[in-house]
Amino acid sequence: MTEIAEILLTASFWAAVLRIASPLIFATMGELICERAGVLNLGIEGIMVAGAFAGWMAVYSGMGLWGGVAVAMAAGMFFGALHAVLTVPFGLSQHVVGIGITLLATSSAYYAYRLALPEVTSPPRIEPFQPVDIPGLSDLPFIGPALFSQTPLTYFAFFTVLVVALVLYRTPLGLALRAVGENPAAVEAQGLSVTALRMGAVIVGSGLMGIGGAFLTLSAFSSFFFEMVNGRGWICIALVVFGAWMPGRALLGAVLFAAFDALQIRMQQTGLGALVPYQVFLMIPYILSILALILMSRRANVPAALMVPYNKGER
Amino acid sequence: MPSEAPAQGGPVLRLSGITKRFGALVANDGIDLDLARGEVLALLGENGAGKTTLMNILFGHYSADSGAVEVMGKTLPPGQPGAALRAGVGMVHQHFTLADNLTALDNILLGTEPLWKPGLGRGAARARVVALSRDFGLAVDPGAMVADLSVGERQRVEILKALYRDARILILDEPTAVLTPQETDALFETLRRAVALGLSVIFISHKLHEVMAIASRVLVLRHGRLVGAVTTTDTDRHKLAEMMVGAEITPPAPSRATPGAPLLVLDRVSGPGLRDVSLSLRAGQITGLAGVSGNGQGALADLLSGLATPTAGRFEIAGNPPGAWSPRAAIAAGIGRIPEDRHRTGTIADFSLTENAILETYADAPVSRSGWMDWTHARQRAEGIIAQYDVRCPGPQTRIRLLSGGNMQKLILGRVLGENPRVILANQPVRGLDIGAVTYVQNQLLAARDAGAAILLISEDLDEILTLSDVIHVISAGRLSPAFPRGTMKPADLGQWMAGHGFGDHGNEEDRKTGQGDKGQGGSNAA
Repeated sequence: MTEIAEILLTASFWAAVLRIASPLIFATMGELICERAGVLNLGIEGIMVAGAFAGWMAVYSGMGLWGGVAVAMAAGMFFGALHAVLTVPFGLSQHVVGIGITLLATSSAYYAYRLALPEVTSPPRIEPFQPVDIPGLSDLPFIGPALFSQTPLTYFAFFTVLVVALVLYRTPLGLALRAVGENPAAVEAQGLSVTALRMGAVIVGSGLMGIGGAFLTLSAFSSFFFEMVNGRGWICIALVVFGAWMPGRALLGAVLFAAFDALQIRMQQTGLGALVPYQVFLMIPYILSILALILMSRRANVPAALMVPYNKGER
Repeated sequence: MPSEAPAQGGPVLRLSGITKRFGALVANDGIDLDLARGEVLALLGENGAGKTTLMNILFGHYSADSGAVEVMGKTLPPGQPGAALRAGVGMVHQHFTLADNLTALDNILLGTEPLWKPGLGRGAARARVVALSRDFGLAVDPGAMVADLSVGERQRVEILKALYRDARILILDEPTAVLTPQETDALFETLRRAVALGLSVIFISHKLHEVMAIASRVLVLRHGRLVGAVTTTDTDRHKLAEMMVGAEITPPAPSRATPGAPLLVLDRVSGPGLRDVSLSLRAGQITGLAGVSGNGQGALADLLSGLATPTAGRFEIAGNPPGAWSPRAAIAAGIGRIPEDRHRTGTIADFSLTENAILETYADAPVSRSGWMDWTHARQRAEGIIAQYDVRCPGPQTRIRLLSGGNMQKLILGRVLGENPRVILANQPVRGLDIGAVTYVQNQLLAARDAGAAILLISEDLDEILTLSDVIHVISAGRLSPAFPRGTMKPADLGQWMAGHGFGDHGNEEDRKTGQGDKGQGGSNAA
């Protein structure tokens, strides 16, 4: 137990927590937007892979890092648009379409990678985002190195949560989004387009998922390799439920999950790690997530029209 | 903005030659309609006559196959609710279009501000909503979550949505179906104020006395066609009913009941949704249960159907407490069940008439023997019901979803009455049926009563309760009123009980939830 306390008291632990949380935050916000509008986006896992690859490939081909982020977002929006067309105007099953998008986006990314780099055996590297100190805040003892010595994309992730929350609760657009996931008939009766709102939400949300994927290649690691997203998309779907479809609580969930993840890596180095197989440590964040989900989702207010296609003029 | 005055004298709204088909069904057939400024026009017709379809075309939910909609002399583009709203048309839908996860105010604001505006301007909006509530007598707390509002309050939010957008034409689709008589009076007061202020109202209903009370002109629809246009001063309820049905009407005239022994007794029974309910269903008597929907009717029906068990109190069938209480036990005890929702719980849509006819007896001889179905017997039983109860269908192998509501209900009726039940639970037995089918079902229930069955009739239609019941109870917030014998209560008296007054004890919490009656009256007195 004292070993855990020692880990928790190091600044590098908390810096790692925010780093691990960042891609989850982007993708969770993306999924939250989709689900608030009434569309479950199971394409998230594949869209993150596509974003990770597209962002990395753009930078590898000579684009700037922010250009890479933009390309990753565009790749996410492309697959999001495909998802949106199939699920919103065509009203197809959101489960089937989502899983299909994940398979398609993942294999497209792998295929494109092999087409572009047929010969390489070890993944080539790019120069990723570097930590940026924030004047004043970064010099604070403990808190500075823990929280304010991150790459720009991490700051951007937290900023995204703020924007999503403000839009959702303080603007007419957010009001319409929350209404369209609860009762699309109410939105249509007020003269707004259910189709446009839902498609827009899925496309923008998927763009954020793409950025979440790009965080892995442009900020956390410096190359693209297979299996690198490794289920993070599925975790984000759980985080949306954990957050009860509220941005602030979803952020809390992402940070909590990242903390468990950072903790288990460090516990593998402790005396306990010599006794217990490392796979047990790998399971910890997932087991704790399941427990947290069970406790939190009991009184969750799931959007009433989630996964219900809306057909205008149907009785 | 739609607030400019229409050309004096001309109609504010004109529908010309509206035709709409759904597959082979002609829902609207060349309908013309003019609406003048400051009038209440009633659109009368049976279920399926095409009233709602017509209004959905006017509002842009559907596009007409042919015909035009003109508001203040300008043609509306088809299929665009936004255009109808901007032209000053406001619609209060029968099934409310409110988002439960938002406040009343946010529901009213939805879609009224440009989407890309940074702020919502809730402060100014709230002031405007409060002013409108006062002017039109529509008491609602703008900050309340819609999920917490009663049905009457939700309807007021719907009306406020239209008024907030400066609607000049209000369309109300079956607005009184969910209201107590007091709430209906308050609604009519609101509508009278609206027309006094120059608005025009289209009131859709199949309740004749309400149409006579509020409308100046009545258009009657039948099978998608306009079959009559009269002013209310030139007609009466009887004539309207005949126009609506297209045939002579003979409402059921129940003879005096001869009540026998109590067959089913509840003594201070509590359970999920029920509190201290005492009820005695006597042989040869129809006991009516009045109340605003959602006040425990479902809980009581579940209890009698065997779907719920009491947690406290005495429950006896024919003098004995039932053993393990379950739907099968209820059937075995001779309780016949006509469920509230014939589509959801009464039938299985993709099963044939034969299969639906034996849903409750499939496991018993002679329909099944030593674990094997006897389909010949099952089909004979279905054919028997079809012949005896005049179920119009191609044959017993037809999937029941293809039948009209009335024919579906006749099959259920035959299924229930064929077992000669001692107790009949009739939950909304005529909801959504044509007048012809209504009369048929009600006469069958009366015949079962005269044959000695104890019947509990649950209905939201007070007229039906008052016509058929030998004694009446009112249910409110899970509590049951005393039994009122036939003829002792007027609708307004029952309305007081329906609004939660008279139960005396038991705190005020429930009065707040269900007692919109007093709030509505408060609003209408504030003029």
